[in-house]
Parts: sequence; C-alpha cells; structure tokens
Amino acid sequence: MLNEKEEPQGSLAGPAARECALVAGTCLLMIVVLPLVLSEFRLALLAKFLTFAIVALAIDLAWGYTGMLSLGHGVFFGLGAYALAMHMKLEAAKDGLPDFMGWSGLRELPGFWVPFESGAFSLLMVIVLPAVLAAGLGILIFRGRVQGVYFSIITQALALIATLVFVGQQPYTGGTNGMTNFSTVFGFPLIETSTQLGLFALTVVVLGLTYLALRFLTRSRAGAILVAIRDQEDRLRFFGYDPALVKVAVFVLSAAIAGIAGALFVPQVGIISPANMGIVPSIEMVIWVAVGGRGTLIGPIIGALVVNAAKSGLSESFPDFWQYFLGALFVGSVVLFPDGIVGGIARGVRRLKRMREASAPESAPARELAAAGRPLEAES
Amino acid sequence: MVDVYLLQVFNGLSVGSILLLVALGLAFSFGLMGVINMAHGEFIMIGAYAPYVLQTMVGGANNDPLGLTFLLSIPVAFVVTALLGVGLERSLIQFLYGRPLDTLLATWGVGLMLQQSARSIFGAPNVQVVSPAWLNGGLAITEGLSLPYKRLFIMVLVLACVAAIWVYLTRSGAGRRMRAVMQNRDIASCLGVPTRIVDASTFGLGAGLAGIAGCALTLLGPIGPALGTYYIVDAFMVVALGGVGQLTGTIAAALLIGIVNTSVELWSSATVGKALVLVLVIFFLRWKPAGLVALRTR
Repeated sequence: MLNEKEEPQGSLAGPAARECALVAGTCLLMIVVLPLVLSEFRLALLAKFLTFAIVALAIDLAWGYTGMLSLGHGVFFGLGAYALAMHMKLEAAKDGLPDFMGWSGLRELPGFWVPFESGAFSLLMVIVLPAVLAAGLGILIFRGRVQGVYFSIITQALALIATLVFVGQQPYTGGTNGMTNFSTVFGFPLIETSTQLGLFALTVVVLGLTYLALRFLTRSRAGAILVAIRDQEDRLRFFGYDPALVKVAVFVLSAAIAGIAGALFVPQVGIISPANMGIVPSIEMVIWVAVGGRGTLIGPIIGALVVNAAKSGLSESFPDFWQYFLGALFVGSVVLFPDGIVGGIARGVRRLKRMREASAPESAPARELAAAGRPLEAES
Repeated sequence: MVDVYLLQVFNGLSVGSILLLVALGLAFSFGLMGVINMAHGEFIMIGAYAPYVLQTMVGGANNDPLGLTFLLSIPVAFVVTALLGVGLERSLIQFLYGRPLDTLLATWGVGLMLQQSARSIFGAPNVQVVSPAWLNGGLAITEGLSLPYKRLFIMVLVLACVAAIWVYLTRSGAGRRMRAVMQNRDIASCLGVPTRIVDASTFGLGAGLAGIAGCALTLLGPIGPALGTYYIVDAFMVVALGGVGQLTGTIAAALLIGIVNTSVELWSSATVGKALVLVLVIFFLRWKPAGLVALRTR
C-alpha cells in the first residue's frame, strides 16, 4: 500500500480490483487475528484509535487533498457521537428519562429528543447533523470566497462555540460530563465481549471502506480537481470550474465521515463529552494527519495510530513530558518532516532508486520516466 | 436599566481594549509576514505571570502597599515577552514565511510547550495577583452606575499603548520601514529596508503588547497557564474583522466585538454572544474580504 504514489493516475481497472482485495484481506486479517493476540484492554484501545483513524482520513480529504485546514472536525465527530449517544441514553433509560435530565430537574423528555427513540433516525442523524452543519458553514464561507487561514480560524471558533453550547445546555446534553452510563446499543449489551468484538469488526470494515472510497475519489478526475483547488484555485476558476461548490461538497463529505467515526467511538469508549470536541482535540486530530503524511491515504491512518499509541504510552507514565512531546511533534512535523512518516519513507525509497539508477548505464531515460509517473501532489 | 446597559457597554469597551492589545500583535505578524501565531495567547500568559513573580519576589502584597511591583511589571512584561517573541521569530517562524497554515500548526506546538513550562514552573492551579489598593473601588457617575477603577486603568493603559504604537508607526523611521515592508516586501527590500530586522522587531513588538495585555488581565481575576487560550479565538475574530495592516480597523473591530459580546451576554448568554460574533465575522468577510479598513495599494 505504501507505493501508491508510484503508480500513474487513471489506471483503475486492474489495480483497483487488486487494491480492493488487498484492503479486504487486511481487514479480514485484523478482524480474525487481532482479537486472538491482543488482550481485551488493548483491543478496546485499538478500536478507539481506529475510529480516530477514520477522522484522520476525513481531515486528510479536506486538508491534504483540498487544502482546507479545518480546526473544527472535533465538532463533527462529536455531533455524530452525540446523535448515537442520545439513542443509547434512551435505550438505557427504558421508558423513563435519561439520568442526567433527572439531575438537572427536567420532568419530561424534550421535544427534539423524542425522534431519537428510533434507532434508524439516530443513525441517519449521525450523518445528517454534521453534514448539515458543514453545508451551512461551507456555503457561507466558500461562496464568499473566504480562503486559507480565515477558514481555519472560523472552524476553530466553531469548535469553541460548540463546546460552550454543549457545556451550557446541561439539561439537554449532559453538560461537561457529557453522556455516559450506556447499557445497550440497538439491544446488544455493551458489557458482552461479543458486542465489543462486533463493534471492533464494524470499525475495521468502516475504516477499510472509507479508505477505498477516498482512494477512488482522489484517484478519479474529481480527485485531480481537489488537488488543483489546493494548489491553484484561481486558475481552476478561470477554467470554468466552481471551486466553491467542490469545496462545500468535500467539506460536507469530510464532516459526514467524521460523524460516522464519532458514532463508532461512543459505544466502544462508553462516553462522549465536550472534552472530545473542543479546540484542543480538534487540532490534535490535524496533527495525526500531519505526522502520518498529508495528501496520502495510508498516512493519516498510520499517524492516528502512532500518535495515539505514543499518547497512551507516554501520558500515562509521564504526563508532563507528553505535553512537550506533543508540542515538539507539531513543530517537527511542520518544519522538519512536512510530508510526514509516509512522505519521508517515500522520499527515502525514491532516493534509493535514483542512486541505483545512477549506477546503471541507462540512467537518464529511467529517471525521466520516474519523474513523469509522479502524481501532482509531489510537485506542489 | 439604562445604568445597567451603560455599565455593560463600559465593560465591553474594557474587554475590547484588552482584545485590541492582543489582536494588534496578531494583525502585525499576519499582515507583515503571513504568519498565524497560535502561541500569541501564551505571550499573554507569560505577561500575566510578570506581576505575580515580582509580587512574590518582594514577599507578597503586604510588603508593597503602593502597588509599585504592579506598575513595574508592565515594562518588565513587555521586555520579557518581546525578547521571547524575537527569539521565536528567529528560531522558528522565519523559516515558515508565506505558509500560514504551517505556522499555525507549528506555533500551536510552541504554545503547548510554553503552557507546559508554565505548569512546571508555577504549578497547574490558578494564582491570584493582589491588585494595588488604589485601584479598588470605582468612579461613581450616578446612583447606580459606578465605573471600576481597575477597568478604567486598563483602558487608559491601552490608550497609552495605542498612542505609542501610532507614533511609532507614523513618526519613527522603524515604523515607516515596517509599513513599507507590509505594503510591498520586495520593493522595500530593493530600496534597502532590512526586512529581516523589521520582521523580528515587529514580531517582538506584537509579543510585547500581548505581555502588557497579560499584566492588565491580572486586575480582572486569577491567572493560570491556560490563560491565553480564552482570548486567542476572540483576538483572531478581531483580526478577521478588522483587516490587517491598519491600526484603525483593528481598533474598531476590537471595540465592536467587545461590546457585542458583553451586550448580548446581558440579555442572553456568553455562548450566544460568541456565536453571534462568529456569524457577524463570516458575513462581514463575504462583504469585505479585506476587513473593515483595507490597505490601499496601487
């Protein structure tokens, strides 16, 4: 999967089938083998990281490919999580009120909670809520040709406001504590190992499907337009495209994927609170992508896994050191390794190849060929 | 009722004036270098610890009945944060010019490290700086309306800073060079303006102003390592609304956002106030992408 940068664009038929098989095989392997070798605790941790990897993919689509650095993806993640959490809260409450409503003095279920009794409606909202918010914000921002850092700053303000709203509306959202104490998800008891295994498998499958979907999207003509928007938006506009429309669409898709990740997060971790959706978690999601390698699809997955593994390893034993390390990660991934882990490996492989070609007699044409095969993103 | 409203406007002005000090530095570094400095909030925090450190050094507020340490801490905070700002610019930011999204992430990392340093040095809990006794009480305007001296002091302090910056920008050689670089870096460089020195000194100036803002904040409540994060988002809203490179735009935007925030808080909640400011800024950016007062160049 690492050599995705080397293949020329547009060759979809044969390689596509092979790629699908490869991803499906990897997923199957993970689902079958990992529960056998990992302890229940480690598996739960990995499942959490995999939901983060899905968010990282969503951010990469918006930032790595389309150049929109969103500092508010925690909000979309949170909305998806809350949508499912509301349903699970109602399941846990049987016919009564969710516990935190009683503590806040609420006597009956608020009107907007009632439809969440239906599981199908809740699942729909997991996607619709983030998508609608992203669409509204995106239309406002991109139709007005607000670009670059202003977009980042506005999405960061969104993360701040969303946290304030969720903390402030305690009777309806659970306030700072968020929502926890779930018992079942769609009737399956969360305490059962089989439920957790099922959720783990579902997370792996969703991650695989997201990867494949984004793979085909970014490899298609539409994907070339995304990269063009990132690199030369004005030129694309002169060609007659409408970048604003494309950007809104990408932002909505990205938000919806983040929402799905949130919905996978909540039954496995057992809590969602404003602490998962504010400014700080949102920008940490970005660093996963930066560390792994923006503009590649395997990069964000690796980044999310590596950074979170380091976090759970370091922050447990050295909480102070972790903050310094995270800070250094932000600085280092921008200044020293702008292409992240995957970009660094790819560069190393390319250099190795070139060295080998240089020693071979037919070096010049081979190098030209290699240069022609490089996709757009390597030239930015 | 009128009294209450007037007091809110007054509070809004004082909050807005602190925002102004913070936002000026952000606007300078964004306007001049295309740098989004997320560590700016940490300069506020460092500035806020200056009076705390000085007060602790003399052995607490009891040994300092005249509040001299507080007065002294204002220039100290300015110098310390300005030097830190120059250091940050030289060591990191100069390598990232013209890549605003990257500077955003890198400076966020610097901010994290500065916050953690403060936590290691001063401890995680908030600390309280004892305000000078002569700032207690307020100026009674009518029966129900009394303007706290602390907030008046902050406004006077900010006014003095803004006046000094205005003189610096319009009457001094260094300020003229800074405006020249802001308007056209290449031409200014051709004409012999040392752009690197201008960049570093401007960044230092902005950081120093944030340090002064931090000093002022110690009058309003306890301070802690995460102090800066409460102000940074609002300060960015000011920059977006006010545009970069013009003093008047930043001033108008800061006061406007301060007043909108506190007025809305009065009949609703702080959250609604912030949401309203965000919507305002988004619509405003559509209407005038360059901000309230745009820099005109030919």
